[in-house]
Amino acid sequence: MDYLNALVAFLNFVFVPGLAYGAQLAIGALGVTLIYGILRFSNFAHGDTMAFGTAMTIIGTNALLALGITFGPLPTALLALPFGIGATILLVLFIDWLVYKFYRDQKAKPVILVIVSMGVMFVMNGVVRFIIGVRDIQFADGERFLITARDFKEMTGLDEGLAIKTTQAITVVVALIAMALLFWFLNKTRTGKSMRAFSDNEDLALLSGINPDWVVKVTWMIVAALATTAGVLYGLDKSFKAFTYFQLLLPIFAAAIVGGLGNPLGAIAGGFVIAFSEVTITYAWKKVLVYLLPENLEPDGLVQLMSTDYKFAVSFAILIIVLLFKPTGLFKGQSV
Amino acid sequence: MNPALKNTLLFCFVGFLLLITGILQGWNSALFILNMGLVSSILALGVNLQWGFAGLFNIGVMGFVALGGLATVLVGMPPVGEAWSAGALQVFAGLALGAGTVVGAVVIRKKLVGRARTFGTLAILVIGFFVFRAVFDAGVVAIEAVDPALTGNLGGINIFGPHRDANDMLLPDYFILLAWPMGGLLAAGAAWIIGKTALGLRSDYLAIATLGIAEIIIAVMKNEDWLARGVKNVNGLPRPVPYEVTLQSDPGFIARAASWGLDPVTASTIYTKLCYTVLFAAVLLILLWLAQKALNSPWGRMMRAIRDNETAAEAMGKDVTARHLQIFILGSAICGIAGAMMTTLDGQLTPTSYQPLRFTFLIWVMVIVGGSGNNFGSVLGGLLIWWLWVQVEPMGLWVMNLLTSGLADGSALKDHMIESAAHMRLLTMGVVLLLVLRFSPRGLIPER
Amino acid sequence: MSDPFLIGDAMTGGYGKGPDILHGCTIAAEKGEIAVIVGPNGAGKSTAMKAVFGMLNVNSGSVRLDGEDITRLTPQERVVKGMGFVPQTSNIFTSMTVEENLEMGAFIRRDDFRDTMTQIYDLFPILKEKRNQAAGELSGGQRQQVAVGRALMTKPKVLMLDEPTAGVSPIVMDELFDRIIEVARTGIPILMVEQNARQALEIADKAYVLVQGRNAHTGTGKELLADEEVRRSFLGG
Repeated sequence: MDYLNALVAFLNFVFVPGLAYGAQLAIGALGVTLIYGILRFSNFAHGDTMAFGTAMTIIGTNALLALGITFGPLPTALLALPFGIGATILLVLFIDWLVYKFYRDQKAKPVILVIVSMGVMFVMNGVVRFIIGVRDIQFADGERFLITARDFKEMTGLDEGLAIKTTQAITVVVALIAMALLFWFLNKTRTGKSMRAFSDNEDLALLSGINPDWVVKVTWMIVAALATTAGVLYGLDKSFKAFTYFQLLLPIFAAAIVGGLGNPLGAIAGGFVIAFSEVTITYAWKKVLVYLLPENLEPDGLVQLMSTDYKFAVSFAILIIVLLFKPTGLFKGQSV
Repeated sequence: MNPALKNTLLFCFVGFLLLITGILQGWNSALFILNMGLVSSILALGVNLQWGFAGLFNIGVMGFVALGGLATVLVGMPPVGEAWSAGALQVFAGLALGAGTVVGAVVIRKKLVGRARTFGTLAILVIGFFVFRAVFDAGVVAIEAVDPALTGNLGGINIFGPHRDANDMLLPDYFILLAWPMGGLLAAGAAWIIGKTALGLRSDYLAIATLGIAEIIIAVMKNEDWLARGVKNVNGLPRPVPYEVTLQSDPGFIARAASWGLDPVTASTIYTKLCYTVLFAAVLLILLWLAQKALNSPWGRMMRAIRDNETAAEAMGKDVTARHLQIFILGSAICGIAGAMMTTLDGQLTPTSYQPLRFTFLIWVMVIVGGSGNNFGSVLGGLLIWWLWVQVEPMGLWVMNLLTSGLADGSALKDHMIESAAHMRLLTMGVVLLLVLRFSPRGLIPER
Repeated sequence: MSDPFLIGDAMTGGYGKGPDILHGCTIAAEKGEIAVIVGPNGAGKSTAMKAVFGMLNVNSGSVRLDGEDITRLTPQERVVKGMGFVPQTSNIFTSMTVEENLEMGAFIRRDDFRDTMTQIYDLFPILKEKRNQAAGELSGGQRQQVAVGRALMTKPKVLMLDEPTAGVSPIVMDELFDRIIEVARTGIPILMVEQNARQALEIADKAYVLVQGRNAHTGTGKELLADEEVRRSFLGG
């Protein structure tokens, strides 16, 4: 038995990828949950908002590269991120003014807003394809690895290597910064507190003199920033493709609902729950088990609970289980 | 203008659009659009039943359509004898074990209490899962090993086909028509399972649940090669209508075509498509008649009463969840039927072609634009939006060519704009949906 | 005759386009006084208060605060003019701490409101103790104190309470009334709707009995308590 190698294999194939993916989902889910908390509808255009922000960031990255500007060992996309965020903020504010505001003033039922967001999803999807096409785009540059598997093996003398991609490290760091900023904003600033108050009790917030238009505007700005960040981190880690981003909607919503819709802390927890479940259930555990079990018990197969193609099924199953046993989510969410 | 006249005019307008298409782009493409339009109308009827009648927010339409497609393979293809003997028994035993595990877990949850309950359920699920995998996987491996380039799956139950005439030309095989109700049944079964677990949930949770189920159904169809060959696709599904090549070799048909002044190739493609048109129109009319009956029956009135005020209906002693389950199953079954028809028309099952934007959200655009709650609206929306969906691309290309006509040939911007015309579809659909929601939220033919 | 500090004068009106619920109803509160509105269920007590606060359409009659006609102002604008309102239900931010609730109460104030918060903590010592707890975790009586405290944060010129003792135990009710009297002693006129007519009349300087949206009896609390007809019809003998 070889616990150390087993642990390294586990870290390398399950923990690190799960952590990065979880962070990406968490930031995505934060956007969904904020929209739900303040504007009170499930925004189906969120995946495409992420795609738009990422597309803009890619364009910014290409422009920087054309000017010969890089970010040293880090991906140039991080330098272009503010540009992507800015463009996305302008877009969502424009869409809110053009589309959503009308229904808000009418006090339309949430389900109508959901259908409206489906229309916005179509339009945004079309716009993204229009701008950047449907190809798979790799836009990560700079150093590929923080530690390569070989360096790790040489350093420690173990059989198993632990590779940490730069993008994974960046994902976790950026996600931590984004979450810290968000929670500082929501808990410490006047506007942030007024957002929480508005989400908690809209009528009383209005009575207290909180300006709903401003709250909605700030919410869209934060959501645009979060969506772009999540999209860019996911794209750096894997790759950018408009359709993949649309599909991310499912695990992101699963994360937000599992955590409790409308609850930011829940969105983060939900993101990691979904990500780790997906990775754990679709990982072939043979490598880890070989180190842990005595030789005569070594498994023959891959010990993969489900093939990776079923990762949707995992997020979905968790979603259903949570909904059936704890309908407001792990952390207390809102119910409309 | 009275509503009846307005509705007639609207349908005439769609007919006019098809007529123009026929004259400008050929009757073959006009009929192609009409046939898919008819299937789309059926899909829209199904969604309208759920959304318009009962307010159920199902965005897993794609999954039910795909199940309908699966039914055409399971019904229409000949069985692969070798595969059946190789591993069918084991696969079915595995599936039975899997189902047994779930049932066992549910029973244990009901019987036991406290900590024993949690551990008992967990133990059954874990043990059951591994036993299921052990039995099931071996069967799958055996089946998929049988002639993987051609089959590698169990095939269907069509022991009669394929039919050929004396010259070895393919003849229509009406057995495939059985796949249409089968598709409905498969979809209904799936809907029952989903409904049982998710219908009690809030509308947006149900939406996410159905979206997820649809993705899972597609994932199963892509990966379970033993079932319908996965991404290797199933080609050569039998057809319930005459084959073009058979017609073209039939002297009688050639003579008749000549008498109409058509060459045999054109005549045969149009004839085949017309046959489909008749079949599809018949199904649509039957379903439309049934849906109208349902809408105006006490059952339909109760459904709308529940939709408009669930609490009040519940207080009056209506079993809301049971009614919702009924209509959810019915609507999904209609989507399954339409899915089977669609795959029959294509003649092949291609799991990768199922995209949620095309098979779920586009149907929603049809229902909303047509007028949710009105069956005729759904039919109109299906035909109209499908026509638009097909025609947006050439129209977009035309617009782009016009816009860029001032630019030099080969300029990057011009190339990009012309290339982008292909993506105009989604944009247009979104804009149409938003415009209708904003300025005519009750649709072209509003609910009465 | 000089106007009372706050008066809803001969108000007639109802919700939206619905039928009129109030018919020429007059409610007033003077400085340093507690005015209560009592009456049977469905008499339009809360409606009368909401009319004063601008939450329904007043078709005829007017609302005046400190001599100024505010009939056409929105509730938000009335808050800015100096009216504090405590709704009957959902009157706190349950997911926020007590202190944050008070801060939100002071949202329209751009000046330093720490003094006001200290005063409120002096008035409701339990809130100071629990200031970092989520308001939703507090007991019913404490939640009502948070609600009143939140409304006081704007330093209102008049405080309006819609059934502050609904759903709390009799002991807590007595304590709440004591607090309300204390608030009134600081000089803020209080207009209050109450279910518990007898206790309310005991602390009332001025009382209005409404029946079907009309003023049925008006007087000081003591007068109405002594009034035979009021006793018989509302106080159970």
